Amino acid sequence: MGDRGEANPGSMAYVLCLVLILIIGSLVIPQVSLAGERPPPTWKKLAEDGLHDPDNLGLEELQEPGDALSTLPVDKNRAGNQVDWVMALQQEYIQPRTNIFPETKVQLLDLDIIMGNTGEMHMVRFPHLAHTEWLDCVNCHDEFFKPEVDANPVNMFAILVGEFCGRCHGAVSFPLTECGRCHSVQRATYKGTLGAQYLDTTKEEILKMLEKSREQSALEPIGAVDY
Amino acid sequence: MRKLYWIFLFVIMMNGLLMAPFTQAEYADVVFNRYADESGIRPVIFPHWFHRIRFRCKVCHSELGFKMRAGSNNISMDDIVDGKYCGMCHNGVIAWSAERCDLCHSGKPGLKSGIRGSHETGGPGRW
Repeated sequence: MGDRGEANPGSMAYVLCLVLILIIGSLVIPQVSLAGERPPPTWKKLAEDGLHDPDNLGLEELQEPGDALSTLPVDKNRAGNQVDWVMALQQEYIQPRTNIFPETKVQLLDLDIIMGNTGEMHMVRFPHLAHTEWLDCVNCHDEFFKPEVDANPVNMFAILVGEFCGRCHGAVSFPLTECGRCHSVQRATYKGTLGAQYLDTTKEEILKMLEKSREQSALEPIGAVDY
Repeated sequence: MRKLYWIFLFVIMMNGLLMAPFTQAEYADVVFNRYADESGIRPVIFPHWFHRIRFRCKVCHSELGFKMRAGSNNISMDDIVDGKYCGMCHNGVIAWSAERCDLCHSGKPGLKSGIRGSHETGGPGRW
């Protein structure tokens, strides 16, 4: 009883830890909903975004992000542009053009890859379909990804510094704070096989598609100089 | 493995906390300032969000030859006037022409080239 009032080093450290957690928490938590419906997202005006020069008279003619993005489906975690771009495309909120040159062949591939080498995290399901709706095969193959299961040393550290998936995710497509969107397959309950989930498309057809895509990229498009 | 996981989480959180106050632009805005400042014109702000409403990634990154890494595309006004890169559309037919300088060259003088995050997410770290 005699040492009441004296600071106990153990409990001091405990309190310090709590305070630290509270400080970090108060910075992070505002992104998490605490009470029901969240207000709709807002977007910075161009003149206030820290990049555009408010003295530029041309600014008035540019579209404001909020004017365009507020009409699109809201991203469930409000990540990136706060827009669910894949849903916007699939549900035809937007109809972006697939090509400029009439001779370009637009290719889609419906093939999921299950990546199991993810440590304690859920396994990754990579859907080719959602990706090929935006991208061409040659954007990833073979420069960044060999078209072969287990042939690519993908890891989170490489992704975080902008390699592999990190070429786009974390820069333009949804950011790397969205773990569960890629790590979505529970190891314990998953009954299927790892790797490519061939359904209607055979491996031969896919390789043929890729070959065709490479031939197209070998054509010299008008706009390409140093590609 | 568990230790790596925590280090990874920590890096992401610190990245978000440290970057948040400095990045307010729309996610994936790109600043081009290789030549602009030294030529006495405002740097270019390229908004990915605006373009992806109208074109899929593959149009610019496959057909037009834009490499998918900020800083790896060496674009001059001569290229654009010749109809390459931005000039494929910014020709007065599909989109405004290269004579409308202020619409693309709209950034604050002195901005550093590179891709930016957003005022919501803190955005990319080393991209």
